[in-house]
Amino acid sequence: MSPYFESYLTVGAFAALGVVLVLGILGVASILRPDNPTKAKKLTYECGVDAVGSGWSQSYIRYYVFGLLFVIFDVEAVFIFPWAIILEDLGVFGLVEMLVFIGILLLGLVYAIRKGVLQWE
Amino acid sequence: MTFVDWISAPVNWVFTIIGLVVIFSGFRVVTSRNIVHAALYLVGALGGTAGLFLMLSAEFVAWVLVLVYIGAVIVLFLFGIMITRAPTGLDESLNSDHTALPALLASGFFLMMSWASIDAFGTQVIDSTGEPVPTEIIGESLFGRFVIPFEVVSFVLLAALIGGITLARRDLSPAEEEERSAV
Repeated sequence: MSPYFESYLTVGAFAALGVVLVLGILGVASILRPDNPTKAKKLTYECGVDAVGSGWSQSYIRYYVFGLLFVIFDVEAVFIFPWAIILEDLGVFGLVEMLVFIGILLLGLVYAIRKGVLQWE
Repeated sequence: MTFVDWISAPVNWVFTIIGLVVIFSGFRVVTSRNIVHAALYLVGALGGTAGLFLMLSAEFVAWVLVLVYIGAVIVLFLFGIMITRAPTGLDESLNSDHTALPALLASGFFLMMSWASIDAFGTQVIDSTGEPVPTEIIGESLFGRFVIPFEVVSFVLLAALIGGITLARRDLSPAEEEERSAV
């Protein structure tokens, strides 16, 4: 087996061990503990006060803009990784290429700031 | 290759397990009655796909899938769910009665893709030497041969960003606009 697959086998072994550990601990606990659920015990704990309404609620749309900015700059980061590896071979031309790329994306950030969507009122 | 040969290779076991996880997750994405669960099953499907890419030694593609799709796009999905629907709990109306036509379309697409792959590659076997594809190769083609498409990508991302902001922002009243430009 090649070192590549061997190293991912280690990752897989650790992941499997993590799953087994959690399931094992919860499994042992469920065997040992007394099981006597009542309605009061199943209530969500909220500083001793009964919870009101549902746990699901609608959130502000301004979070969406932050999520969108995160996706865009995450994709930018993905392009930066292969660029950073060969930056020395590319020289000045590579630097200019990436600066143009980042510059165009920064226009989007400037647009977001100018439109005031990043302000938290 | 006989069935015994196939079953005795451990790589085929891993492939089968990951493939079943992806199929199950994909099925649950469309059948789950809780829309948040559907989004989380999509994480399972994408994670399995990343595993398949890892098996093909395409390390960079696999981790990009994890970073961009699981890390960012799913987060955006969850935000999208949380801002558009409240409450987001169990919803019986989530499943549409129109299942025949989508099922036909999906099976047709599956058959078409299977036919195209078999027609194009036939019995060719991917020679997976077990060496990860060096990221330098991706960088060299991206900043050499495909440099113009690479710069075009930034315009696509910019258009997506501006479009999203235009849809998500609240229109300001003229008084507020004036106040903001004064700052």
